[in-house]
Amino acid sequence: MAPPAEERCIPVKTDLDIVSARVEGRNLARELGFGTIDQARIATAISELARNVVLYAPEGKMTVRAIVSDDARRGIEVVCEDNGPGIADVDLVMQDGYSTSSGLGMGLPGTKRLMDQFEIETKLGVGTKVTVRKWLK
Amino acid sequence: MEVARIPILQIENYLVASIQMALHDKAATQFRDDLLERIYETKARGLILDLTAVDVVDSFLARLTGDIAEMAGLMGTTVVITGLQPEVAITLVELGVELKGVTTALNLEKGIAALRKMVGKEGTNGTTG
Repeated sequence: MAPPAEERCIPVKTDLDIVSARVEGRNLARELGFGTIDQARIATAISELARNVVLYAPEGKMTVRAIVSDDARRGIEVVCEDNGPGIADVDLVMQDGYSTSSGLGMGLPGTKRLMDQFEIETKLGVGTKVTVRKWLK
Repeated sequence: MEVARIPILQIENYLVASIQMALHDKAATQFRDDLLERIYETKARGLILDLTAVDVVDSFLARLTGDIAEMAGLMGTTVVITGLQPEVAITLVELGVELKGVTTALNLEKGIAALRKMVGKEGTNGTTG
């Protein structure tokens, strides 16, 4: 993989940071050449991920960066890391309609549908890291 | 923290509010409360919630929008959401959010027409189509 052209990191602690994170993500997506609809998908996915951090973790951070695949496709990668409680049953939270909070339970499965790739690493008592990517068509 | 307020305008028996900024959660919740208070004060028969300038509706804002429609409905006020951008409609469906029971219209003009029709049907005072 080629080195990232650009990377931006946004601390996520309060609901104000949710807006900052998605504005940064949308700006990078636009600069990379994503169309309006993909920009909205990326911004919405970031919003959902950042809200999870605000709801469940003391704090976290969102990193958005330009990426290039092995076959030279360009895209955007969003990494959302937190120091929250971790997720006991990942399969369960990936089910539509499951939620432990006042949300709609759309967070993670919905985010996965909006993006091209979705990876989750979580450890109880340590935190959760979600990585999503969208590729330019 | 000081929260920026969204202007709520009155036209005839209706209230019109247009979201023109990226709303963080507290501002969105404040907006909901402001709207319900204004409905009570003005006895508005209808409310237009215009989302033309909104480029992201996540599950939180979608739920809040549905809540506003339901709460205003409980108070006897009909709500029409207008101006959903194509990208917002697409992301809402992909995200899996359903705005059940929420009336929508393409733009403000069609929204007002829809309100007149709905409120008019109830045979209420004031405006007619």
